[in-house]
Amino acid sequence: MDYQDIELLRFTTAGSVDDGKSTLIGRLLYDSKSIFQDQLDAVEESSKSKGFDYVDLSLLTDGLKSEREQGITIDVAYRYFATPKRKFIIADTPGHIQYTRNMVTGASTANLAIILIDARKGMLEQTHRHAFIASLLRIPHAIVCVNKMDLVDYSEDVYNGIVSDFNAFSSKLGISDIQFIPISALNGDNVVNRSENMDWYQGSTLMYHLETVHISSDYNLVDCRFPIQSVIRPHTLENQDYRGFAGRIDGGVFKPGDKVKSLPSGFVSTIKTIELNGEQIAEAFAPMSVTMTLEDEIDNSRGDMIVRENNVPEIGQDLDVLVTWMSTKPIHARTKVVVKHTTNESVGMVKELKYKIDINTLHRIENVEKIEMNDIARLSIRTAKPMFYDSYKRNRQTGSIIIIDEQTNETIGAGMII
Amino acid sequence: MSNYVINHLKELESEAIFVIREIAAQFENPVLLFSGGKDSILLTHLAKKAFYPAKIPFPLIHIDTGHNFPETIAFRDELVEKLGVKLIVGSVQEAIDKGRAKEETGADASRNSLQIVSLLDTLEEFKVDAAMGGARRDEEKARAKERFFSHRDEFGQWDPKNQRPELWNLFNGRKNYGEHFRVFPISNWTEMDVWEYIKLENIDLPSLYFSHQRDCVVRDGVILANSEFIKLKEGEEVVNMTIRYRTCGDMPITGAVESEADDLEKIIEEIATTRTTERGGRADDKRAETAMEDRKKQGYF
Repeated sequence: MDYQDIELLRFTTAGSVDDGKSTLIGRLLYDSKSIFQDQLDAVEESSKSKGFDYVDLSLLTDGLKSEREQGITIDVAYRYFATPKRKFIIADTPGHIQYTRNMVTGASTANLAIILIDARKGMLEQTHRHAFIASLLRIPHAIVCVNKMDLVDYSEDVYNGIVSDFNAFSSKLGISDIQFIPISALNGDNVVNRSENMDWYQGSTLMYHLETVHISSDYNLVDCRFPIQSVIRPHTLENQDYRGFAGRIDGGVFKPGDKVKSLPSGFVSTIKTIELNGEQIAEAFAPMSVTMTLEDEIDNSRGDMIVRENNVPEIGQDLDVLVTWMSTKPIHARTKVVVKHTTNESVGMVKELKYKIDINTLHRIENVEKIEMNDIARLSIRTAKPMFYDSYKRNRQTGSIIIIDEQTNETIGAGMII
Repeated sequence: MSNYVINHLKELESEAIFVIREIAAQFENPVLLFSGGKDSILLTHLAKKAFYPAKIPFPLIHIDTGHNFPETIAFRDELVEKLGVKLIVGSVQEAIDKGRAKEETGADASRNSLQIVSLLDTLEEFKVDAAMGGARRDEEKARAKERFFSHRDEFGQWDPKNQRPELWNLFNGRKNYGEHFRVFPISNWTEMDVWEYIKLENIDLPSLYFSHQRDCVVRDGVILANSEFIKLKEGEEVVNMTIRYRTCGDMPITGAVESEADDLEKIIEEIATTRTTERGGRADDKRAETAMEDRKKQGYF
């Protein structure tokens, strides 16, 4: 196995209470042989001490003491496993309504979302929320796992009913790639190994999907965006004039010799070198961290952005955003906030609350006075200085902001620019 | 398939470098917590890459328990010299002498939890506002819930129920006076990733990580190096064994594995087939089911 040449897939799992999410993750880890003997021993022991007559794989993902006491997940937990084809990072997020913020957090970096539905219960309010958040955060791929098929006698009719219910709802959402898989996480049907109980299902297993879904076009390779994190100036004798711009590519493909423009100054120059640790890089693209030098001496600093001369982002002080609210403190119009966007930061003012979205019906609720924890709403923010941004639809990195409380410094909102 | 894809090690490297550069940009007095273990050596290597051709723009802090492997200290001093970076040493012995920390007694005594006092004292003394460490989420269940930017109150404590949400690659390092951050740039790396990357980049490690002969004591199934810090219990005897270490903590608590793996290739092969977690040999995690969670809340790494 050539471990060094595999891709990384980040996915999130969203499920309602008791629909077997922890068991599914436990199953993926167990069947892919990512569980170590000492972890398994610990789980076997605690299953036994709880009086279970099987090994409860969900215990593998149990985290903090307070969670085990309450039998719930409080926060996003990250899990790791690898197969010969890919390395996976799971953002395991709880499904309760009060934890929408965690779901959004997990979804923000994911290439793929697994949405779990209990075959006995079908679509629930929480399923709507999970699907909506996956679409809102523009996770490129979704897999709907209809779980606990063993408890509905592996019925094709039950499965088909849920698939059509889900499609009816999701047609309004615009998730581009949705796959459906009937599974039993407890027994392992169609998770890693094909089920012998569902001959009627011709599709592939969950693991096969995870290993083969096409993710190389998940980043924007068209619009060149390079936000500057810091300026590297060694101040040594051999590097007296060295001025490198450190940052991570957020979009497009940059090459030495490219004509580029620096924002906000508008100065135009040519890329001299793209390097990391002194090694030259021929082509740089998202999500690579590099150091860039230019032919001309341009006084760039943190928060500035290097782009192509003929393809610039929006430049302005008025941001129209969809936000998910993450603070117990509600927000009203005319509130002062701090906006963080790429490596840029500015104070700003919430100008107008436009509407909230009812995530069950997807209807708009107009004339809102305030936005509260877990609300999803559209608002406009005026920043004190110009920002260089794209729509979130076009670029998840240059189209996203976080909103910070000026007094407490807490992150209170996550915004996607329209 | 498009050519514009980077493999998982490059993606993890890129993510870690982005985070390290954010730390340098967002904080006034950042430091790198250097334990001498492979993860902090990796972190130092990534920091070097992040700022090249400039030097690493922050000091390394080493909390010296006085129970370190001599190999660790020698390696540390050589690395610091090579990189031209500043080293700050916080001493647990000093904290004990000053009465700030109390030594545990008995055969299983360890200075592991005493490090918390020295660490917090050192961070305060140097007015550190961001301490980056090489902790990884795959190591331990309490660490699975850790953020990249982990906010600590003025007492250095971690509150798992009230962590800042972390979205996209937007890291919020704003803080109030007296508070600080712990930052974990290699959060998303697994043990295998670390070894693969060390091999890929040809990173030097202390000899402890490779197979060697050593006088050991087997205690509760854990292979411990025999040293002046260990008191033999009744019935225990010193045996010469062929071992190596998977992690490097203090001498009296870090368990070794019997191994013939004397190069990176063999180590990777060994890890690919191993059936226990790397912290499985850490006596400090075995004290209670929630040992790590409890220490983290108090301000442990």
